[in-house]
Amino acid sequence: MTKTAPSDRNTAARETILARVREALRTPAPPPHLKSAASAPAATNGLPQLAVLPEEAARPWLPDGGDTPAARLGILTENLGKLRALVYPVPDMTAAADLVGTLARERDWRQVAWHDHPLVAALRHGIPCGTLEVGPAAFDKSALEACDAGITACEALVAQTGSILVSSATCGGRALSILPHVHVVVATLDQIVATLGDALHHVRERHAGRLPSMLSFITGPSRTGDIERILVLGAHGPKELVVILVG
Amino acid sequence: MSTHTSPVHATATPAAAQAAKQRFLHDAAEHVRDAGHRAFVRKALGGYYASRDAQKGRYRDWEQARDAASLAKWSAVNRLDVLLPRFVANFEANGGLVHWARDADEARSIVLELLRDAKARAVIKSKCMTSEEIHLNAAMEADGYGVVESDLGEFIQQLRGEPPYHFVFPCMHVRRDEISDLFGRHLGTPPTDSPEELTMIARRHMRRLYVDADVGITGANFLVAETGQISITENEGNARLTAALPRVHIAISGIEKVIEHLDDLAVLLPMLATAGAGQPLTCYNTLYAGPRRPGETDGPEVMHLVLLDNARTAILADPEQRDSLHCIRCGACLNVCPIFKNVGGFTYGTTYQGPIGSVITPHLRGLADWNHLSGASSLCGACTDACPVRIDIHHHLLHNRRNAARTAPNRWEKIGHRLFVAVASRPWLFAAGGAVFRRTLGLLKVLRPPLLRDWLASRDLPAAPAASFRARWKARG
Repeated sequence: MTKTAPSDRNTAARETILARVREALRTPAPPPHLKSAASAPAATNGLPQLAVLPEEAARPWLPDGGDTPAARLGILTENLGKLRALVYPVPDMTAAADLVGTLARERDWRQVAWHDHPLVAALRHGIPCGTLEVGPAAFDKSALEACDAGITACEALVAQTGSILVSSATCGGRALSILPHVHVVVATLDQIVATLGDALHHVRERHAGRLPSMLSFITGPSRTGDIERILVLGAHGPKELVVILVG
Repeated sequence: MSTHTSPVHATATPAAAQAAKQRFLHDAAEHVRDAGHRAFVRKALGGYYASRDAQKGRYRDWEQARDAASLAKWSAVNRLDVLLPRFVANFEANGGLVHWARDADEARSIVLELLRDAKARAVIKSKCMTSEEIHLNAAMEADGYGVVESDLGEFIQQLRGEPPYHFVFPCMHVRRDEISDLFGRHLGTPPTDSPEELTMIARRHMRRLYVDADVGITGANFLVAETGQISITENEGNARLTAALPRVHIAISGIEKVIEHLDDLAVLLPMLATAGAGQPLTCYNTLYAGPRRPGETDGPEVMHLVLLDNARTAILADPEQRDSLHCIRCGACLNVCPIFKNVGGFTYGTTYQGPIGSVITPHLRGLADWNHLSGASSLCGACTDACPVRIDIHHHLLHNRRNAARTAPNRWEKIGHRLFVAVASRPWLFAAGGAVFRRTLGLLKVLRPPLLRDWLASRDLPAAPAASFRARWKARG
């Protein structure tokens, strides 16, 4: 990592801005207008703290994520369907490999990209076309751009919002899940969590002390409404999001 | 490629202040007359209302979620003195480089210097309102850098040579046939009336540009103090690609975007999506903690973050309106505003349109020049109700009006108010005045005195009643 020496200008600007911030905050602001008495600020050091602390992850006022594994699976599947993702529950990895083979033949894939991961590796024998493995040693942007699909693992699936959490550390880096036209995610049922808060908690535990350089919640295939507010899938990212749930 | 033009620049001369106001009045009148345009904008927003309400219905208690979002932003903004340095220390520990910019001019020079140092040949950009605020594209083009906006709406606006019409839906005013013609002229594509085909044209055009770009420029929606990550919200995947493929990533953000906890995003991200676009969550919500790590597959070699003040500390210094820094730029207040829907986004002449733009622009560019925006409000409070972080928007419009009256009092208004107080506090004078007024009301229609001329231009005076209210009340017994 090359670090440029802090310039005099940068130091002066930082000092000026921080001095302005300190000066501005010398006059306290009135507390926020809140509707519910329950979340009225509890004063700590004279300042209210966030009413719902990280350990109270339930947040019973946000959309429901489900209390049981069965409820979470139901909510996740329903949300993914509404987002127009394709969900395939399969009993085991053999069935998952067969499914990927069928998808590749149906869609006439010529080149599929993946990364080194046990769940992804188990799908390899099902793929009837050319493959490209991306990894720290070998990465060709143009070759990846030419791929029809990218297959990745994920960090977690969020029932509450129908999201897939991927990271640059465990899901093939930054581009694999966004550049190919189709994104195939392979996951096991025990990776499903209820809420966004749970997913963030999980990823912090897993990467204790050193978060990956990228974490991304993917919520359905890429989309835009920029033309007359009409929904179109596949703006710049994947046109199709395929979620294979094993177990 | 055409440059973004700013309709009006900040100035302090009375003539310029008058010019901004006159331009607003002129453009507003033009837009209000254009029934076709208004119907088109209303139709485009119709789908938004339906999906927003459906998504809000999934919250078990939307009002309590607003409380939590409001508190998260309140406690971050009011402790910016602690949290901003904490964010910077953690972001630098992640390997990111921070550049402080006191104003727009400094921010532009920083970015241009970074582009020179990177020996940039091709730059790809994802949607970033802060870059619109500092007029970055024009500065880059003046220095000879080609820059492509990758967000579909921003790309269309760049080709049209216009700034965004709405800071979340940049080209919501443009019809599909106009986009088809535009793409035909610039990209040589055949005409189509399918939004899907038009989107695919932009998709095909952009893919090589991501791969070939040296530098990617993005904005930031949140800066997470405890982890030193920046959070970017988008639907299309263009920001993901912009921060994945080029070898240099430059992010630009206002200093007010800091939040304390990573976990705050578990509330703020869904609120932003639901309030802003009627979605459960925006398609891609991505956290970046510096450049590519050793052992990771790809990503930029270096990540810069330009932290912009540009008068945000002036808003911070106003405790009454400090909460306008809570804004997460969801655009909900524009979507529900009767003024926005009638005068359109360009009439404001500002980077940030609609109610929140009318609140913050006087701070960013001067109250004397931009006070008229605070008058363009029916004070219906729809903006305040829609705000997911509970900014007291419509009261701040009143605060701006009061502040403007204090700094530059209008002599005629003062005389008028004194006269009214004098009359209204004397019942006999009030009754006499009313009697005169009832008999001369018709005359005003003919004489059209200057004070009433604008009002009468689009309205009829009511017929005067035969007797006063007080007389009728008495007669009622």
